[in-house]
Amino acid sequence: MPNVTIIALIVLLPLAAFLLLGLFGKSLFNKGGGIVATMMMLVSAVLALYTAYQYFFVYGSTGGVYHQCIPWQITWLQFYNGLSINIGFLVDPISVIMLVVVTFISLMVHIYSLGYMKGEGRLPVYFAFLGLFTFSMLGLVLASNIFQTYIFWELVGVSSFLLIGFYYNRPSAVAACKKAFIVTRFADLGFLIGILIFSFCANTLDFSTLIQRLTATGSNEVKTAATYSFMGISALSWGAVLVFIGGAGKSAMFPLHIWLPDAMEGPTPVSALIHAATMVVAGVYLVARLFPVFAIATPGVLQIVGWVGAVSAIIAAVIACTQTDIKRVLAYSTMSQIGFMMFALGVSNYGGEQGLGYTAAMFHLFTHAMFKALLFLGAGSVIHYVHNNDMAAMGGLRKQLPITHITFLIACLAIAGIPPFAGFFSKEEILLAAYQHNTAIYYIALVTSGLTAFYMFRLYFSIFWGKPYENHSAHRHGEGGFVMVLPLVLLAVGAAAAGFIPFGHFVTSDGSRLESSVHVQFSLLPVGLALAGIFIATWMYKTDSDRPARVAASIGGLYKAAYHKFYIDEVYVFITKKILFNGIGKLAAWFDRSIVDGLVNLTGTCTVAISRGIKKMQSGKVQGYALYFLAGVIVLATLFIYVWK
Amino acid sequence: MNLLSLILLPLLTAVTVLLCRGGQVKWVAFAGAVLQLALAVALMVAYSHQRAAGNIAQMLFQQQYLLFRGVNIGLHVGVDGISVAMVLLTSLVSLAGVLVSWKIEKMTKEFYFLLTLLALGAYGFFISLNLFVLFFFLEISVIPKYLLIGIWGTGRKEYSANKLALMLMGGSALILVGMLGLYFTAGHSFDILSIANMPIPANTQHLIFPFLFVGFGVFTAMFPLHTWVPDGHSSAPTAGSMFLAGISMKLGGYGCLRVAVYLLPEGAKQYANIIIVLSAIAILYGAFATMMQKDLKYMNAYSSVSHVGFSLLGIGMLTQTAVTGALLQMVSHGLMTALFFAVIGMLYDRTHTRMVGEMGGLLKVLPFISTVLFIVGFCSLGLPGLSGFVAEMTVFVGAWQTDDIFHRAATIAAAASIVVTAVYILRAVAQTTMGPVKNEQFLHLKDAAWYERLAAMLLVAAIVGIGMAPGWLADLLRPAAEIITNRIAGK
Repeated sequence: MPNVTIIALIVLLPLAAFLLLGLFGKSLFNKGGGIVATMMMLVSAVLALYTAYQYFFVYGSTGGVYHQCIPWQITWLQFYNGLSINIGFLVDPISVIMLVVVTFISLMVHIYSLGYMKGEGRLPVYFAFLGLFTFSMLGLVLASNIFQTYIFWELVGVSSFLLIGFYYNRPSAVAACKKAFIVTRFADLGFLIGILIFSFCANTLDFSTLIQRLTATGSNEVKTAATYSFMGISALSWGAVLVFIGGAGKSAMFPLHIWLPDAMEGPTPVSALIHAATMVVAGVYLVARLFPVFAIATPGVLQIVGWVGAVSAIIAAVIACTQTDIKRVLAYSTMSQIGFMMFALGVSNYGGEQGLGYTAAMFHLFTHAMFKALLFLGAGSVIHYVHNNDMAAMGGLRKQLPITHITFLIACLAIAGIPPFAGFFSKEEILLAAYQHNTAIYYIALVTSGLTAFYMFRLYFSIFWGKPYENHSAHRHGEGGFVMVLPLVLLAVGAAAAGFIPFGHFVTSDGSRLESSVHVQFSLLPVGLALAGIFIATWMYKTDSDRPARVAASIGGLYKAAYHKFYIDEVYVFITKKILFNGIGKLAAWFDRSIVDGLVNLTGTCTVAISRGIKKMQSGKVQGYALYFLAGVIVLATLFIYVWK
Repeated sequence: MNLLSLILLPLLTAVTVLLCRGGQVKWVAFAGAVLQLALAVALMVAYSHQRAAGNIAQMLFQQQYLLFRGVNIGLHVGVDGISVAMVLLTSLVSLAGVLVSWKIEKMTKEFYFLLTLLALGAYGFFISLNLFVLFFFLEISVIPKYLLIGIWGTGRKEYSANKLALMLMGGSALILVGMLGLYFTAGHSFDILSIANMPIPANTQHLIFPFLFVGFGVFTAMFPLHTWVPDGHSSAPTAGSMFLAGISMKLGGYGCLRVAVYLLPEGAKQYANIIIVLSAIAILYGAFATMMQKDLKYMNAYSSVSHVGFSLLGIGMLTQTAVTGALLQMVSHGLMTALFFAVIGMLYDRTHTRMVGEMGGLLKVLPFISTVLFIVGFCSLGLPGLSGFVAEMTVFVGAWQTDDIFHRAATIAAAASIVVTAVYILRAVAQTTMGPVKNEQFLHLKDAAWYERLAAMLLVAAIVGIGMAPGWLADLLRPAAEIITNRIAGK
């Protein structure tokens, strides 16, 4: 069994760092806060590696099949007998892999930040937020209960909000952090309702029981669930779709991706950690976590997952070809790569050879974390040097930033899928899975692979080649010293070598071993396309020329549309500003003040008016009273004589 | 545990406040509030102890004194989990309220006297088991509100004070009618426990229920009888707003549940759907109306209408889980909104504005207050780890148990508000605290003083405590909620 103390330490150390630096950061560790947090993160990462080793090689498998175990769980909030939010640790291949990824990338980012954020005023706060994020992300991946996932899901959202808005005096950062939170919140609404549907159908919130009950054919829960449907779609499918919407929001899938490019307003190491390697893949992780339900109970929804992934992959790749802010290029690239993971899950089936897509998705998640974090940190070094995000302001930096240059090149080759770098292996598996199950998605993926190679090398050549950049600032700080170079080198090793891990031995849809091998004939086409992409990028961007402009002009409309991100942001602005704010919001506020409160005031006014009217009767004049008296006598007399007799 | 101490202690405090002079007043009020909190905690401990020891009586620590034999009016007190939670809430909010009013200059003695009186009314209300006495304490809490707004208020204070007092009196009138209806149909008794044992014919219940529910509904700002809330809050002094939203609105919710729903289960069943519709409207409509507010106090007042809607929605759903959620929401909203008003007051004292558009960049100059604003904002939008999340999720899960389109649609509509809430909270919090410092004069502002820090930390601790470990509070409330819902289910 896994050691509870060790797993608890992995999770709680970042939380401790958050509390320590958040509460006492200013008074105790104004300078050394970063080092304290990094040390704690180092311990956490080492323990995570140890846990992974123990799980995969010591106790995890029996008879070649990896098992789930829950070494610790408590009831956090009881709703009624049988339904409760439990908080616990779920240890299985994907959660262990995620433990390693999250703690390792977080450690790299901590170290890198020691150099990158040096001289920043609120350093303890920054590291406190990093700790909060890491804690929340670890809680998410270890969740044993779907509501626990939701809890930590919201917490990573808020950490992301805090870190995007770290430079809070920049209005663009404030706008970006709000946007990120609200767009993902909208998606989370879907997730929440999905959870409610699942909990109602399965009468549990624990993953293992839930999956068991909803996937066993003929179980009571499946029978009951089958009696519910809405608009001709079964309750379970609704649940799965809604949960997937939550995942799509967090993973920036089309059309809920609009927050991700703006999120680049945060400090670059944050982008590397949250918006490239860990949080944005939470949606993929969620689908993987519930994969048996998707694959067995609601295969139709899995098709949707696949198509959303494929569409996101190609749209993001096209947009990435036209952006000039290097971080935004990387953001769209992230969205595109997550699209790959998503459709890999979408084309997968449950169990055995048919589950190749599942393995491939998790494999790509793993390798992508390495090379995308590397790309962001490399971009960080460049921005640190140039003090600008725009690729037009860069060029010829390979001399000034030699290590950044080499590591960046490795990452570009990895993401482009050139053997033997990591991305090649994982992407190859994804393409193979798509080829076997869904030809249309396979062709979309092929085109996207070519585009990926093109835009990555467009980025690479624009930064490191072409007209040399002239540094006018007085002090030259080069690559930012050891703390900034070390993470680049370590990640570059990962990006170069991670592909050789036989992933199918460890992570499969049903826990049993899956052999995967490279098929040379199959690889020729994608690698050829990638090389073609690189070649075109070289032709266009290696030396400064008017070729990019001419190419852009020749495809005019498409280029313009892609440059403006297909106007999706404008659509959202229209819906929120015009319809929600000026339409519903103003109407509600007006209605309340004028109609509802108007009625209340009208009641008051009427009361006053009536009392004004009748107060004249109490005039104090005896003649008046005599008149009323006389009138009363006459009326009564009339009544007695004619009516009542 | 003698429950009468919960009435006597504030009474003693109030009298001592009147006898003191000058600078002593606030210390006396403070000491009184601390003792009340200690007493409330002691009550909770004693209560849990009794329950753990296996005492399964519905009401614990009962005491009964007959006051008017002829009409069966008596002082009958006793508590269940709901009362205990509400007493705790009252003591926390009143201590915080006393602290944030530390710098009140005008008529200090009268101010603290009225605050203590308000708390006294609330304690008495929450422990009373006799309708007449309960009503008496309810009225005790109305008059101080009128004076607090009318004398220490800002803006259109006379108008707001009148409106609030008249609307609440209107609610009281309805309650009185309903109460008398109960009295004459349930064997000439005002005693809640004995009325509960009387068989009241269903059609009589259908007749009386609206009076009681709507009457208490006015107090808890049930849509569309909520319009005293925005005006009342915007004019009230900080502590007044805190008491109003943190305690007074809870009197209404408690009354709806304890008196209307508990005593008239058939009536509750009859009108549940109307309650659900009204509260679902309140939740969404309140949230949208909040989005357009530019004054922080108006914003929090409208958001209260929206949040209180969750309580009423939970009550309307009539399941044990949903009612527990409603009660959790009452506690959570009481703490959260009191804290929100406290922070707004702190900001107003410094910047002399409550307009969101006129503030900006305050995180730089007022880090403590801004951080608290962030925390309370996150609580309001239902961030896990803070109390609001626990309450809302319990309501949602409870509401989802009834499986027809109507209940589902209402739940989804209510759940949709979490997005709108995020929009208005982030707008307000980000505009006030983030961005560049808007006004040169803000640069000289001083962050929270000790009493403000203490008040804020007290409420933050409660919010975080419930949010992190909700089990104890839910376990406190659930059995009591179950007794009420079992009656509805006819068990």
